[in-house]
Amino acid sequence: MAIEFKTPEVIEKQLRNVQIVAEHAMRPDSRRLDDNEHERPWRYINMMLPQMQEMERANIAAAKARAAKKKAAAETVKSNGHHGGLAVLEAPPTEEVVSEERASIANMTLVHMIEMLSWGDAGIYLCIPGGALGGAAIQAVGTPEQIERFLTRYTEGPPKWGAMAMTEPQAGSDTGNIQTTATFDPATNEWIINGQKIFCTNGKLALEESDGMVVVWATVDKKAGRAGMKPFVVEAGTPGVIIAKVEEKLGIRASDTATIIFDNARIPADNILGDPEVQTGVGAKGFKGAMKTFDSTRPIVAASAIGIGRAAFEFTRDTLAKEGVKMEYGKPRWKLSAVQADLLEMEAQLRAAWLLTLKATALLDARQENKLESSMAKAKAGRAVTMITQKAVELLGPLGYSTEFLVEKWMRDAKINDIYEGTGQINTLIVAREILGYTRNELK
Amino acid sequence: MYSFDMTSEQKMLVDTVRRYAEKNLRAVYREAEESKHIPEKVVQTGWELGLLPGSIDARYGGYGEYSALTSALYLEEMAWGDLGITLHLLTPNLFAIPVAQFGNDKQKEQYLAQFCGDTFPRATAALVEPVIQFDPAELQTTAVKEGENFVINGKKTYVPLAKQAEVFLVYAQENGATQAFIVPADTPGVQIGKRVKLMGIQALEMYEVEFENVTVPKANRLGGLKGIRIQRLLTLSRITLAALAVGLARAAYEYALNYAKERVAFGEPIAHRQSIAFMLANMRIEIEATRLMVWEAAYKFDAGEDAAKSAQLAKQYADKMVLEVTDGAVQVLGGHGYIREHPVELWLRNGRGFVTMDGAVVA
Repeated sequence: MAIEFKTPEVIEKQLRNVQIVAEHAMRPDSRRLDDNEHERPWRYINMMLPQMQEMERANIAAAKARAAKKKAAAETVKSNGHHGGLAVLEAPPTEEVVSEERASIANMTLVHMIEMLSWGDAGIYLCIPGGALGGAAIQAVGTPEQIERFLTRYTEGPPKWGAMAMTEPQAGSDTGNIQTTATFDPATNEWIINGQKIFCTNGKLALEESDGMVVVWATVDKKAGRAGMKPFVVEAGTPGVIIAKVEEKLGIRASDTATIIFDNARIPADNILGDPEVQTGVGAKGFKGAMKTFDSTRPIVAASAIGIGRAAFEFTRDTLAKEGVKMEYGKPRWKLSAVQADLLEMEAQLRAAWLLTLKATALLDARQENKLESSMAKAKAGRAVTMITQKAVELLGPLGYSTEFLVEKWMRDAKINDIYEGTGQINTLIVAREILGYTRNELK
Repeated sequence: MYSFDMTSEQKMLVDTVRRYAEKNLRAVYREAEESKHIPEKVVQTGWELGLLPGSIDARYGGYGEYSALTSALYLEEMAWGDLGITLHLLTPNLFAIPVAQFGNDKQKEQYLAQFCGDTFPRATAALVEPVIQFDPAELQTTAVKEGENFVINGKKTYVPLAKQAEVFLVYAQENGATQAFIVPADTPGVQIGKRVKLMGIQALEMYEVEFENVTVPKANRLGGLKGIRIQRLLTLSRITLAALAVGLARAAYEYALNYAKERVAFGEPIAHRQSIAFMLANMRIEIEATRLMVWEAAYKFDAGEDAAKSAQLAKQYADKMVLEVTDGAVQVLGGHGYIREHPVELWLRNGRGFVTMDGAVVA
């Protein structure tokens, strides 16, 4: 291996197609969908559907193969007297798996696509049909049977959505504090889910507007704390599942953000993902598994932030150039005007965040630990793009603040990236713990 | 693809330079700064690492191939050790690298061999001028062609090791463009002025040098008729300086991190407090981001792509980052950070310099 900074041709090619989607199925609808908050971006959804279904097919096949391998490995682990289930996620992968994953550019491709889609419109992008975070969780820890049962829907028919429901009114960043319960009813062989989830992206699309599903985090044993937290799959049409509210937001208004109430919602026993046993004493593997997925989703959120930042930067640069304020490279700093210096700073910030994101992603594709890197990328991208979009509004003056341009909307859209998938502060805290070698008790 | 792994050769080189920096530079940096003098032995040991010959083609006596990326990797390690001594060690590069980049065959043959020997070469370069608004692309020093010669006039400053130099690479404006001229130190009209006293990097000997009607044959114009491209040189310089800034910042960050874990206040290490821990986390993020920007610019330079923009962004980012990080390190140490017993105050002073040095260092 050698250090290299080159976008592979195969990604470049896909990017050109995604850019066409961004320019033709997103930008023209950006303002209207911001004004009409709960309208759906059908032009975009229909354009993406065939591609997404094909992608889901490939993902499902790969996930099934991995799950089968894991199952075999789990049986070995169990026979050695260790815990099975999610624990095997953290078992070192076999030689074969390693070599297979080494060549992977799946995440690298994904972050590039998401950067470009978010350059188009970050709110619309989120309405992409498919399993989304819920699908990813099932792919990561589901059995081959669960993958088949829950995810096949995303490969065929009309568009469907998936979602992940973690946040509760009293549990945001402190995910360990969730109160939603799952109680097993041996009489009917069902789990009974009770509780309330908020801020669920695509929750209404998944449960009310399509035949989708949501992965819900609930505790099977409150006394067990994090060890008691388990993910459950709740499908559309389950009695006792109510979309109580759809949020009205600062930005990404095209995106569906739902409150879901579970009122004695009954789901089959095998809708639990991973091991139903509460493992105490060896650490809360299930919860750790959930936290682990953040290592792969944080670079994605960072990429989305950077897409918005690039949109704002490019628009500001090009608009100012038409007014005669051109970017100049190669000159000493004192020869730049304040506006040129600001533009340069915006561009440098954008690049800094993007390179951190690419590194976190490269590690992910190589199946290497990337907790530090993914949190660094997310913290940096959220902060940088907040600054870049705010600067864009400022540099374009009265028109920047006006709805004539999209920069004011991009500023509102960008802010979410400093909040969801771990706020900037939470990610900074993770970075701090990692570099100091501190536990959550040593650095609160 | 995007890949962030060094080759095994690069890893070995980086390890070697890191060990040198730890054992040699860290052992003498404070004494060198205070006495404004660098021990001969440290310089000789540094020269024996063979870094410069390793960047020079075998045709001209070296044993390597120039790579801005490989240079950036080891420059970080050296600057981590000490910036002042590193700049002393890099002084021959200021002559050799431009000659290797822009020189014609004859110039390369004539000059590069002396950079591949056992002893530290006595060569330097004069670019920076004593003005507030300095622009390497618009120099006040002039070179005028007169017959078969060039006549150079102007004042330079920040010329490292000028007193012991046997040959200078002098940058001057020729018909509105920056060009470089090879000037032997004993040419009439070359006057070494006073030693420059700076806020930091005081171990490094730098001088003012005046060139008064200094006449050199036209064959001494670097690159012959083709000359040099100052923007390309600046690109390389920005990569070099940004890499050094990363090393310096890393030194300050590591020191502050270790201090914060040991220093107890209110009954526990200060690193247990978010106000300190978050500063350290942000330092780490910014150092890593800058490093990646440097690597990208260097990669592009080596790949023959246009690296100008990447290098400028990296340098601009590094200028700001290194100040923030070194200042943050002083702040983490509090009152102790202000005391010269700890190195962080020196690193803050050294960090301030980067923004003023565009073009002045190439390695």
